[in-house]
Amino acid sequence: MSKCRNLLAGTSLLTLIAAPVLAEPLGIGRAALPEEIAAWDVAVMPDGRGLPEGRGDVFDGEDAWIDYCAVCHGDFAEGAGAWPPVVGGRGSLTDERPLKTVESYWPYLSTVWDYINRSMPFGAAQTLETDEVYAITAYILYSAGLVDDDFELTHENFTEVRLPNEGGFYIDDRAEVEFPEFQQEPCMSDCRDAVEVSARASDIDVTPEFPVIRFLYSDGSAPVVTEETEEAAATPDPEPAAENVQVASLDPALVAAGEAAWRQCRTCHQLGDGARNGTGPQLNNIMGAEAGQIDGFRYSPALMGAAEEGLVWTEESLDAFLENPAGLIPRNRMSFRGVRSAEERAALIAYLASHSD
Amino acid sequence: MSDTPNDAPGTPSGPSRRAFLRTAGLAAGGAVVGAGAAKAASPDPLITEVQPFASFLGEGVDATPYGMPIHYEDHVVRRNVEWLTADPISSINFTPIHALDGTITPQGCAFERHHSGAIEVSKDEYRLMINGLVERPLVFTFGDLMRLPRETRVHFCECAANSGMEWGGAQLNGAQFTHGMIHNMEYTGVTLRTLLNEAGVKPEGSWIYVEGHDASSNGRSIPMEKALDDCMIAFFANGEALRMEHGYPVRLVVPGWEGNLWVKWLRRIGVMDGPVQSREETSKYTDLMPDGRARKWTWAMHAKSVVTSPSPQMPIGHGPGPMVITGLAWSGLGKIARVDVSIDGGVNWQTARLATDPGDKAVTRFYLDHVWDGKPMFVQSRAIDETGYVQPTKEQLRAIRGLNSIYHNNAIQTWHVNENGDAENVEVS
Repeated sequence: MSKCRNLLAGTSLLTLIAAPVLAEPLGIGRAALPEEIAAWDVAVMPDGRGLPEGRGDVFDGEDAWIDYCAVCHGDFAEGAGAWPPVVGGRGSLTDERPLKTVESYWPYLSTVWDYINRSMPFGAAQTLETDEVYAITAYILYSAGLVDDDFELTHENFTEVRLPNEGGFYIDDRAEVEFPEFQQEPCMSDCRDAVEVSARASDIDVTPEFPVIRFLYSDGSAPVVTEETEEAAATPDPEPAAENVQVASLDPALVAAGEAAWRQCRTCHQLGDGARNGTGPQLNNIMGAEAGQIDGFRYSPALMGAAEEGLVWTEESLDAFLENPAGLIPRNRMSFRGVRSAEERAALIAYLASHSD
Repeated sequence: MSDTPNDAPGTPSGPSRRAFLRTAGLAAGGAVVGAGAAKAASPDPLITEVQPFASFLGEGVDATPYGMPIHYEDHVVRRNVEWLTADPISSINFTPIHALDGTITPQGCAFERHHSGAIEVSKDEYRLMINGLVERPLVFTFGDLMRLPRETRVHFCECAANSGMEWGGAQLNGAQFTHGMIHNMEYTGVTLRTLLNEAGVKPEGSWIYVEGHDASSNGRSIPMEKALDDCMIAFFANGEALRMEHGYPVRLVVPGWEGNLWVKWLRRIGVMDGPVQSREETSKYTDLMPDGRARKWTWAMHAKSVVTSPSPQMPIGHGPGPMVITGLAWSGLGKIARVDVSIDGGVNWQTARLATDPGDKAVTRFYLDHVWDGKPMFVQSRAIDETGYVQPTKEQLRAIRGLNSIYHNNAIQTWHVNENGDAENVEVS
């Protein structure tokens, strides 16, 4: 302790409390093994450090893109629904509504590679092969008009590719630009003319329903209203009912196992009361249904083709589809690698059946 | 918004509020209802009649081994604005700041922001790696981390996009939605200084790169100076384990800096010689300026405040007379020094009372004990921190940053309170 005091002599008490002194390590934890570091340290830097060896061209990239990416980002990386476009928008950054994409905004290609590699596809991160990541990145560059269709991206030519907006960023200058104005002693009275309303939230009216909190006052002012909105209050707990209605023939244990396995599906699919279409269609009453018939969902041409040929979702067809979606319906938009275990597929199908009439 | 007069059972139905206000209006002259001025027409049955809860027995001690708030508080919950994001798995919700008081945010209603959903990682499954430019690359279990010296501190965590929907004009109607991407908790854990000392940072290690166990990994680069200054990894919040949605079992705490840096389910700290330029620090969390270039590394959250009551979800339900105007203030540059409140849209200001000694990079509660004259108000608050930084107006910010910078909107908020006491999010000129 005396050593600490000497080291900190002259510093403030605050520093003394806030910053423990660097001391000898306590020797807690254990050495990280090279294999462990290799598994987890996958960060790629703008100068290419961290890139694994590999390659992928625009054509392979297009195939992978259709399989894994197009469902959210559009066939040409232009975006789908509320999901982000990946290309386009060059020159739009000063527009009233700028479009920020890899093409128009992202400064470094390493960011694209790194993000696809570790976080995409959404709901199935870290399942792409290294060469697929190179190929998808190449396809994005092609879609952005930055390379030709015969381009192949490799670990060797990676840093030769520069994105258009690399020079578009500068380090936080708020202290220099804003503080001089914002650190003035503030005015306390007669600071401005009387105000007028120039904008109202109610004119835009985009706020979700919410309950208003009111109390009871002795001056007789207000009734007590701390209830939810009428609709919400009228809606009973959405818990039991539906699930247990028609499942007499289903094995409850299998359904329960299916519910657990459903975790991998729920990123894209909803099931049960209030299920809506999302990235994938809602799946209530899917058993026995003709394929491609969920209202309001935009299916891939591939799936609609299969539907026209009479595909009906039975235990058998669902089993085949879940085992290998691209095998049953090539080039369909469900970016999912499939369920290897037959038991798990049976459980999922039982769970789907428990939500079908 | 719904405003349904809905007499709860057992509540004496008094005159409607508007009828009262008409009467009050006749009385006019700003005459204030003094203490004891209100009179009951008849004895209150809640007092004169024995209530069931005063006669029968309540729940025993083990009815709820871990308690939730009483059901009367069911409306005090996080809420989502669905149209903000494509999918609730990569989305954000909002702390019900309008309904809370004091300074600490309960974990159960503290806002959530996930990029690939909230994941379940047990303490036994948990591993933390420190590698890169260190003498000793290390792996820690949760148990290992609990053997290191711990500290306890209170800090706010504010999403950089808090109030980001308000750049273009008054948009969302409620303090929860305009300012609810914030929480303030007491964290217990280990400083990065202590952790990094275990691994031994090499001289060329000038940055750390932190990432999570979840599919997004949400990697961010942080300068070593900040890491060694006041960053910590937290295991506990408000005295109990972190909630899953806040990064159980271990999250990063980066005091005063934007919430995106507070990596949840922390899995790795890489010691680097430069920033990684990850997706979260280039394509996102950079501030697009009017000239088409963007500010990067805008980590610090500058001084900001908001009146939480009255506000659209928390109107003035009573007539003219004494009332409490209250709200929250915070600064990522240090302590709050003062909060001023205006009821006329910024023409005149009064200094509010602070509820507690302001903490460093922590939320401070302020109160203004006000006597309302029943007339419409434009309620604003203005935070001033220990550096002398004064929370700017929207005009001031827009003059510099334009309308498309999304992040770091710390402008003064205006609630218009009408003669009925109802409040609305407005802009004034």
